[in-house]
Amino acid sequence: MNNEIIKLTNIYKSYGKTAVLNGINLSVNHSEVVVLLGPSGTGKSTLLRCINLLTVPDKGSVWVNGTELTARKADINAARQHIGMVFQEFNLFHHLRVVDNVAIGQIEVLGKSRKEALERAKAELAKVGLADKADLYPGQLSGGQKQRAAIARALAMDPDIMLFDEPTSALDPELIGEVLSVMKQLANEKMTMVIVTHEMHFAREVADRIVFLEGGCVVEESAPEKFFTAPQTDRAKKFINIFS
Amino acid sequence: MSITRFFTYLMPYLASGMLVTIEVSAIAILSGAVAGVLLAIPRVYGSRIVRNILMVFGIFFKSIPNIVLLLILYFIIAGAIDMSPFGAGTFSLAIISAFYQLEIFRGALQSIDDGQMLAARAMGISKKRAILKIMLPQAIRRSLPAWANEMSIVVKSSSLVYVLGVPEMHRLAEYENARIHEPFIIYIAVALMYFILVSAINVLISYFEKRLQIPGLS
Repeated sequence: MNNEIIKLTNIYKSYGKTAVLNGINLSVNHSEVVVLLGPSGTGKSTLLRCINLLTVPDKGSVWVNGTELTARKADINAARQHIGMVFQEFNLFHHLRVVDNVAIGQIEVLGKSRKEALERAKAELAKVGLADKADLYPGQLSGGQKQRAAIARALAMDPDIMLFDEPTSALDPELIGEVLSVMKQLANEKMTMVIVTHEMHFAREVADRIVFLEGGCVVEESAPEKFFTAPQTDRAKKFINIFS
Repeated sequence: MSITRFFTYLMPYLASGMLVTIEVSAIAILSGAVAGVLLAIPRVYGSRIVRNILMVFGIFFKSIPNIVLLLILYFIIAGAIDMSPFGAGTFSLAIISAFYQLEIFRGALQSIDDGQMLAARAMGISKKRAILKIMLPQAIRRSLPAWANEMSIVVKSSSLVYVLGVPEMHRLAEYENARIHEPFIIYIAVALMYFILVSAINVLISYFEKRLQIPGLS
C-alpha cells in the first residue's frame, strides 16, 4: 500500500500526425496539490483530461484510486463521479438554475433524492459564497461567480480528486482572485488537486509539486520553491523568466 | 360575389375545412416532431453507418417536391394497408415533416457547445442521460424559431392532400370554384384563411419562445 491516488504510466496521445503526449509518467499522492506548468500547446490540458479519460490515451495506463480506468472493462462513469473537473469555460448547464446545476450530478449519478441534492447544493454554494445566487441562471452570473458555481458543482459529488483545467484563464483579471481563494481553501482542506494554470504566484504558493511539461514530455518536476528559484533545465529557466 | 356573401357564406364555408386542415397539420407536425427528435439523436450521436443512412434519407426527402413524395408515399401506404385518404395523407405528411424536423433538431443539437456534454460526462453522467437531461432541453429551445417555420410549411403543405380527396380548406375551395366559377375571389378567400391560421401559429410559437427563454442567455 502506498499513498498514491493517481498513477499515469507511459501515456501517449496524438491527434492525426501531431503527437501531443510522448510517454508521460505522473503519480499524485493523496492530498497533494500538483500544478502542471509549461508553454501553450505542450499537452497540459490533454494530460489532465487523460486522468478522467475525457481524452483516451493511445497508449499507457491510467490508475485512479487503485482502479485501472484504461482497462477494457472499467466502469468509467463510476470512476468519474469521484473525480471532479473544473473547466476553463465553466461549462455550467445553461438551462438549469445554479442550484440545479449543483444538484443534477447528485441526482443523476449518486441517486440522491431531489430534496437531498438541493440541500447539499445550497450548502456547497454557500461555501463558495454564492448562497444568494442559487435561483439564478448561469447566464446571470459574472465569470468569477460562474467558476465558483462550477467548483461547487464538482464538490457536491464528494470527489476524491479535483482537476482544474485553466480555471482562471477565461476570467477578467479582477475576478481571478475570488476563484483562486476558493481553490486555496480547498487545498487547505487537503483535497487532492491537479491544476493546469498560468497563475505563477498561485502555483508557487499552493502547489506541493510543480510538473513542467514541454513537447509532450515531463521536463522537470520539483517542489515549487526549487522550481521557481533554482530551475534545473534551460527550458524551465526560460519559461520562468518570461513570467517574472 | 358581394362583400356580404364573401363574409357570411364563403369564409364560413372554408372555415369548416380549416378544421380538417388543422387536424391534418397538427397530427403531422406533432408526430413528425417526436420522430424528428428520435431520429436526430442517432443522426448526431449514432455510429457512423447510422449517421450516414440518416443523412442519405435526409437528402432524399429534401430534394423531392412534397407533392411527389406525398403521392409516392400515398400509393405505398394505400397499397400496403387499408387506410382512409385522410389517414394516408396525414401519415405521409408526418413522414416528410419528420425528416425536415430531423434536420432542424440535428442542427440545434450540434450547435450546443461541446463543453456541455464534456461537463456532464466528467461528472459521471452517462451519454444517454446527458443527451436527455442536458443536450435535448437546450436543443429544443434553440430549435423553436426553425420549428415555427416548419409548422408554417406543414400547414401550407397540408393543402396538397386535396389531391387525395381529403376535404380540407383547399379542397373545399376547389369544390366551390367548380360550382360558381369565381376563382379569383375564392382563392383570395382561401389565401386569407391560410394567412390567419399561420399567423396565429407564429404568435403562439413566439409566446412559447419567450416563456422558455433561459434567463441571462441571449
